[in-house]
Amino acid sequence: MSIFEYAPAPESRSVVDLKPAYGLFIDGAFVDGSAGSFKSVNPATEEVLAEVAMGDASDVDRAVAAARRAYDEVWSRLPGRERAKYIFRIARLIQERARELAVLESLDNGKPIRESRDVDVPLAAAHFFYYAGWADKLPYANLGPDPKPLGVAGQVIPWNFPLLMLAWKVAPALACGNTVVLKPAETTPLTALLFAEICQQADLPPGVVNIVTGAGATGAAVVGHPGVDKVAFTGSTEVGRLIAKQVAGTAKKVTLELGGKAANLVFDDAPLEQAVEGIVDGIFFNQGHVCCAGSRLLVQESVAEEVVDRLRERMKTLRVGDPLDKNTDIGAINSAEQLAKIQTLSEAGEAEGATRWSPPCELPERGFFFAPTIFTGVSQAHRIAREEIFGPVLSVLTFRTPAEAVEKANNTAYGLSAGVWTDKGSRILWLAQRMRAGVVWANTFNRFDPTSPFGGYKESGYGREGGRHGLEAYLDV
Amino acid sequence: MCLVTAQLAAPDDAGLRRLLHGLPPVDQVGAEARAAKLGTRSIKTTAKAQALDLAVRMVDLTTLEGADTPGKVRALCAKGIRPEPDQPTCPSVAAICVYGDMVPTAKAALAGTGVKVAAVATAFPSGRAPLAVKLADTVAAVEAGADEIDMVIDRGAFLAGRYAAVAEEIAAVKAACRTGGRDAHLKVILETGELATYDNVKRASWLAMLSGADFIKTSTGKVSPAATLPVTLLMLEAVRDFRAQTGRQVGVKPAGGIRTAKDAIKYLVTVNETAGPDWLDPDWFRFGASSLLNDLLLQRRKLATGVYSGPDYVTVD
Repeated sequence: MSIFEYAPAPESRSVVDLKPAYGLFIDGAFVDGSAGSFKSVNPATEEVLAEVAMGDASDVDRAVAAARRAYDEVWSRLPGRERAKYIFRIARLIQERARELAVLESLDNGKPIRESRDVDVPLAAAHFFYYAGWADKLPYANLGPDPKPLGVAGQVIPWNFPLLMLAWKVAPALACGNTVVLKPAETTPLTALLFAEICQQADLPPGVVNIVTGAGATGAAVVGHPGVDKVAFTGSTEVGRLIAKQVAGTAKKVTLELGGKAANLVFDDAPLEQAVEGIVDGIFFNQGHVCCAGSRLLVQESVAEEVVDRLRERMKTLRVGDPLDKNTDIGAINSAEQLAKIQTLSEAGEAEGATRWSPPCELPERGFFFAPTIFTGVSQAHRIAREEIFGPVLSVLTFRTPAEAVEKANNTAYGLSAGVWTDKGSRILWLAQRMRAGVVWANTFNRFDPTSPFGGYKESGYGREGGRHGLEAYLDV
Repeated sequence: MCLVTAQLAAPDDAGLRRLLHGLPPVDQVGAEARAAKLGTRSIKTTAKAQALDLAVRMVDLTTLEGADTPGKVRALCAKGIRPEPDQPTCPSVAAICVYGDMVPTAKAALAGTGVKVAAVATAFPSGRAPLAVKLADTVAAVEAGADEIDMVIDRGAFLAGRYAAVAEEIAAVKAACRTGGRDAHLKVILETGELATYDNVKRASWLAMLSGADFIKTSTGKVSPAATLPVTLLMLEAVRDFRAQTGRQVGVKPAGGIRTAKDAIKYLVTVNETAGPDWLDPDWFRFGASSLLNDLLLQRRKLATGVYSGPDYVTVD
């Protein structure tokens, strides 16, 4: 035992009142699904948390009808300042029930409670607060004198930030006067259902928000429904392509936020200690289940050895384990399927000749866990430098000159985010102009704010969420 | 690092400037975010008990007032030896920290206990006196029996870029600590509140270590802000990197403004995860504090008995 071994500090589960079964949330009430149910599992223990209704096309049909009715009769007719009151109320309720939401998110998703408590839930509330403020100011958003809502928005969200992605989708939609049919990810439906309770608590008119749980077919039914005017999707590039094909030739507006393989560029004049911290935040935040994760470290060759040495030392202090322990830095991988994908790509990295390293750490016996991993000696030609791993796996590459850094950073099919570490302001601006990425972070990484637009280039998708730009996706301008 | 050894032999402003300004810069936002994140660690039950005892053992119990009297110093010494008179398991503090003229009193009161006497010297707290006066101040304290000398750097010289002057002064005080065959430990106070930037804190830390400091200390406690977690974090990074390059281990002492057990535990977490467990020892990490000790004792009792006992159950000294 070391001099100072942190004792377990588990967050209490008792704050969450988990029901054995959950229905669909349609027209302001919980109803049974038509296609049976599926189980939501705690990825850290593999225990079943709840049975959740599986929605099919007929359920989606009911949900869209309810959303249309609510749109026509209530929501689109309310003045912006009245809509804002509801959205502010939702934001406050998220804050009031923050602990409950955070614990449930960690249970269902596997992310450490420190992150769900300090990042996911506060940011979700912040998104509602931010867009509530826009609801009565839409004519002043520089999007035309009198922008109108689109109608019913069909939204499909991923499992990596279940509540936060819900907030990114629902808050601007409601603020702009649309109603919503939302399909949460199959492995993480529970916080969305708690959010449904919050909508009830806020007295949101029935049908304004509808939540239909299920798997891929349910999502396809939402996206393909003729009554949906707007499609918003966050998830894999593969599914994004299917959606784009599905809606091609219709009047539906689409925004897609897809995968990424972000470059994190470290120059030799960088604040190295903070850069190492940023590298860690970039790739190990949320087990690397982040579409904008800094999964490619591009470090200037003259400091590469020092940076990697410091990174290894820092990684030795990362604590992997129980997501509900307040001292856990890296929680559980969300599903067995995702774990297998991470393992396959990591094996490919070794087979292709890169050097794999993980700090010594004991992984729990049950549940889906993967040790934080870095690959050195990676080249652009390796799969682990090109494909999105979506796990705590970092590929380290080097560059010699700023021009080479830009060339390598942009040499990817994706373009969601990038990071730059240098003490030189002029170089930051020079790089930001040349990076083909939706977000370029300077001397930081994975920082989010509702006022800042977010979205991709190339295979990372199109459209922007967040900020004033995020309003455009939900308005007829 | 040949530049390091070269500078030790014959310090000059230009050479030191190259060395200190060649250190990787510090990003303020990032450093503060890292410190804040370390502050969210949750230290409970057995770990908390361990941390509280360790923190008590690391306290330099301090009185640095114009109104200090032998009576006050003797009372403080008694408290430092046995912080909890009715609890023999409670450890003693590391040292009693006083002005130089109080060293004989403290030395007599602490004789045979293992609690050290630390004396502030070198025209503490401003350091605005001729070098000869500072050295005389140091020699007097060492001769009176001080085990440790807490000196202040010449912040004016540092901010003016006269790094060699600062280095030479530290080296001279270090030599004075060896007066009469003794070897008092030298703690070098950077007064980070006056250095203003994190880059300066980092450079001053390296300058002090290169010049022979056994400890680097944040503050006098007379300037606000005194110790902060980000500043201490940077100093811990500096001692870690310095040992990696030179093989010599230097201690760290945050002083001033640390008043609660909760804060103290945040510092210990930062030590643990930055410099590493090698520094989790009173020989390598100290808290300069006066009111911190009582909160540590209250929390220690709370942990043992399950109830808060209240301020009347710890002594006021």
